[in-house]
Amino acid sequence: MRWLSRSYLTLVYLLLYVPIVVLVVFSFNDSRTGYSWGGLSLRWYDSLFNNHAMVQAMWNSLWLALTAATVSTIIGALTALALHRYRFRGKRVLNGMLFVVMMSPEIVLAISLLGLFLLLGLKLGYVSLLLAHVTFCLPFVVITVMARLSGFDERLPEAARDLGASDFTMTRTVLIPVIMPALMAGWLLGFTLSMDDVVVSTFVSGPSYEILPLRIYSMVRVGLKPEVNALGTLLLVFSLVMLMLSQWILSRSKQ
Amino acid sequence: MTKTLLSLSGISKQFDGKTVLDELSLTIDDGEFITLLGPSGCGKTTLLRMMAGFEHPDEGTVTLSGVDITQTPPEHRPLNTVFQNYALFPHMSVFDNVAYGLKMEKRPKAEIAERVEEALAMVQLEDFARRKPHQLSGGQQQRVAIARAVVKRPKMLLLDEPLSALDYKLRRTMQVELKRLQRELGITFVFVTHDQEEALSMSDRIVVLKDGHIQQLGTPREVYERPANVFTARFVGQTNFFPGRVTNIEGERISVDVFGLNRDLNKPSFRVAMKQSLHVLLRPEDIRVLAPDDTEGVAGKIVERNYKGSTLDSMIELEDGSHVMASEFFDEDDPTFDYSIGERVRVSWVDGWEWLLAEEGDEPLTDEEELAADDAEH
Amino acid sequence: MMRSIKQQPFRAAVLVLVWGWLLFLVLAPNMLVVGASVMTRNPSTFISLPLNLDAYRQLFNPLYLDVFLHSLYMAALTTLICLLIGYPFAWALSRVEKRRQMLLIFLLIVPFWTNSLVRTYALKLILATNGLLNSALMSLGVIDEPAQLLYTEGAVIVGLVYLLLPFMILPLYSVFEDLRQDVLLASHDLGAGRLATFKNVVVPLTLPGVLAGVMLVLLPAMGLFFVPDILGGSRNLLVGNVIKNQFLDARNWPFGAAASIVLTLTMALLMFAHRLSKRRLGEEGA
Repeated sequence: MRWLSRSYLTLVYLLLYVPIVVLVVFSFNDSRTGYSWGGLSLRWYDSLFNNHAMVQAMWNSLWLALTAATVSTIIGALTALALHRYRFRGKRVLNGMLFVVMMSPEIVLAISLLGLFLLLGLKLGYVSLLLAHVTFCLPFVVITVMARLSGFDERLPEAARDLGASDFTMTRTVLIPVIMPALMAGWLLGFTLSMDDVVVSTFVSGPSYEILPLRIYSMVRVGLKPEVNALGTLLLVFSLVMLMLSQWILSRSKQ
Repeated sequence: MTKTLLSLSGISKQFDGKTVLDELSLTIDDGEFITLLGPSGCGKTTLLRMMAGFEHPDEGTVTLSGVDITQTPPEHRPLNTVFQNYALFPHMSVFDNVAYGLKMEKRPKAEIAERVEEALAMVQLEDFARRKPHQLSGGQQQRVAIARAVVKRPKMLLLDEPLSALDYKLRRTMQVELKRLQRELGITFVFVTHDQEEALSMSDRIVVLKDGHIQQLGTPREVYERPANVFTARFVGQTNFFPGRVTNIEGERISVDVFGLNRDLNKPSFRVAMKQSLHVLLRPEDIRVLAPDDTEGVAGKIVERNYKGSTLDSMIELEDGSHVMASEFFDEDDPTFDYSIGERVRVSWVDGWEWLLAEEGDEPLTDEEELAADDAEH
Repeated sequence: MMRSIKQQPFRAAVLVLVWGWLLFLVLAPNMLVVGASVMTRNPSTFISLPLNLDAYRQLFNPLYLDVFLHSLYMAALTTLICLLIGYPFAWALSRVEKRRQMLLIFLLIVPFWTNSLVRTYALKLILATNGLLNSALMSLGVIDEPAQLLYTEGAVIVGLVYLLLPFMILPLYSVFEDLRQDVLLASHDLGAGRLATFKNVVVPLTLPGVLAGVMLVLLPAMGLFFVPDILGGSRNLLVGNVIKNQFLDARNWPFGAAASIVLTLTMALLMFAHRLSKRRLGEEGA
């Protein structure tokens, strides 16, 4: 029984990870065709970094992810704080709306935002991407911070004020340091979600601001491009580092 | 010469339409150890939070040394609180926790270091300054919380059930510790608890609260021996309530019929009339259990016996079906003394050890109070 | 009891910001989609009056109905496969000792953090005509000629299962984690066999997880348009592809909006079922 369940777990993990391993291995493949092994090489990484448009898209994506993660962390943290600390009318509605945003298919969010931006006459580009990315990152940040706040001792803010801190000082010296790990984890998640998004970006981006996932999308629709192996490997490593960082921050703070 | 430090007058507070405190007035003297005692929901914590400034009364005023502080926010009150679960800042070291209040006062670094060390020494935690709260035991965290509050030299220390999270033995140690601290510092302590034993052993005065009203205010001895009403008598310690009927009034003495026995007693402070029913209260330790052939007392039989180490507690069923609790100390001559269930005995008490209370429409204890009273016993 | 110390200006600012964002970027756009779905297609302004239900009628046009039903079929099959793989997987995972479990869970979260487009592309490397799988099968002598694996319905389903399996496993894992061993022992103790225990105890207790998993898999399985784009060719389209084409290529907004409302309604239905199942277990609805 135990043997069976072990091998079953192993098999499924194998299936999940084989394609990724293949991609990484092939990114170092010298062969042009991309199907057969032609020896070890870094040529695809080289050609990637010599492609000016590609590098530009990379920078665009990084900047977008950076700003989207930051804005969504700020708004998300404030939302979580409001949900946690205040009693107000429509609290359940707000909670529900965040849940719906998180559950609803990305494509539905995408077209609704496209409609809004066109109605407002907003030129599709960085701003529209930012607004869209912040919107889909928001619920994830809120959830991460809420999880931290739910274990937060209600008496801590009172203790701070009892010892002479104003509400502002209390927020700065107690509240923010305590929820910091959640803020960082939320930021990292937002950053990664933004870096990886294809569906929403397909709708709300314009020619003025090309981002990496869309560039990859246009490359992989037809045939196989060895550069994509290299780029995909870089993105995978990048995401993995972000995830490990976030896990480390959260586990360290649990002590 | 005692002088008033804090006074609450006509305090009322409602939460969601439910009255928690009802026109309550109380003055606290400088330097005393006063305990707010009552079952959960009696308003004791709300009262404490009002002193600290976390709640503001709907009506009434709070004055500290003659200054109205009713609306003053907590950070501007010269009072500090020790919270129920300590509320130590988890991201700060013990030193930084204790230094926090002094930093808020913008004290010079050297002074902060000195005073923090002094406070930590006082609670015997000098060697733990660099630790984080989660590296300390419950008792140590408790001490840090106390050090953090007293380092600011408040005029008054508010303690919100500070010992409730500790186990029984540690709780006893901390009770002694707190008393010592209070003597050394000379600060007024306001202590909230639902544990009557704790209240009796620590306080100069006890405020017994129920439903937002003060039931009794007095020294532990007064509260225990001369409860003002049925609630206090039932909540503080265990008590036998015997039904009495006045049969004769003569000057300062009255005669009361209890279980057919006629006892001559001192006249109580409340008005009594002939044939009036009243409660005759006797603590279990005041009951005398006699041999069945004794001439005194009422006949009954043992229905329950509990060995308690230093005492033998028993329950005696009288012939009319009512129950009497008795608690007897083991005496040196007969260390093996014991009862067997069903054993026939007689029950009596020494004249003058009873306490009389008027009947109050005789409300039975609600479940919640019963639970709280049970709680308080353990 | 109110414990918070209110700071009115800060509170007001936060609430205005949050509500503003959600109303402006979530509620308003969605209302817009509902509005667009009942308007008339217009090549220059995208949508115009008069109001009508043509877009919804068009959903039942045999041409599109076929695409929808095919998409629904693929999504349902994907969900079923994910459930069949994921259910025993989550159970087995919840039985692994705690220390190793942490690592295994981490390996399951990785896909959530990595680019799904890149991972879909990685599948293409394996499934291509002269890709790894064909080469392997040929060298093993199972087949003589490369089989057409790519650009088939099967490829799309494999792609969707590959991308969405962790989303099925994670909620299932969390219900299995909560499933206490003593409940199963109690069932055996009361005379139930393995099968009876599974049917009467395990299934009802894990149902909320199943529904959460179905919700997390079925909806994306209808929307992830890049999967058929990369693996499926032109005949295996998802609802997502239809919506995308209507908005970006065919410029038929009312129809695209109507199609997306179908997706939203499916989601609402699933959420309702999920809530119901949780409430039946006496937990607070999500």
